[in-house]
Amino acid sequence: MTILAVYPVDVAARFALILLSVAAVLCFIRLRNGPSLPDRVVALDTLATLLVGALIVHAILVEETHSLRVAAVLALVNFIGTVGFALYLRRRDTS
Amino acid sequence: MIVVWTAAVLIVVGSFFSVLAAVGILRMPDVYMRAQAATKSATLGVCSLALAAMLLTPSPGASARALLIIAFLLLTAPIAAHMICRAAYTAGVTTWEKTEIDELREQADHDARESRI
Repeated sequence: MTILAVYPVDVAARFALILLSVAAVLCFIRLRNGPSLPDRVVALDTLATLLVGALIVHAILVEETHSLRVAAVLALVNFIGTVGFALYLRRRDTS
Repeated sequence: MIVVWTAAVLIVVGSFFSVLAAVGILRMPDVYMRAQAATKSATLGVCSLALAAMLLTPSPGASARALLIIAFLLLTAPIAAHMICRAAYTAGVTTWEKTEIDELREQADHDARESRI
């Protein structure tokens, strides 16, 4: 069995990786020319969420579950980073 | 076989919603709409991807981790989007010019009137 692509999950996972790459490129465009700093923070947050999805698809594709731990940690770190940016924006405004 | 096809459909739907989040973040006119478009559809997309991983993996530990990812995302994504939008509003980022309802501004005006009286 050399042709893996007959397996429907395999086809779907490869398709999903392509779509997630397109989504990441669109987020990078917003990250590059977002007019304000909160725009960039929202784009960065979505980019990290897309990276969590790509790690899950990678875990499905190579049938290796270590990427799921990385995805869980990345989801938490992403939340902490976004909250830190929000607090920084608020403090920069009041001071 | 049903499990495999369900997982394949979930993967396709999840990646489609992730692309929808990116299109929303690119096309929406101000920060608040971008934040809500990105948060809701990206969370739904990644949650269905994790659900597909949970269906496909044979080991219970890995499916528990996929469930953990879903719980983290559903718990943290709305809080993060709310905090970013609150900080953007406090920092004075303007809304779209066609936005008509601004209840936070109305509340601030109401409070100012009350304190004047």
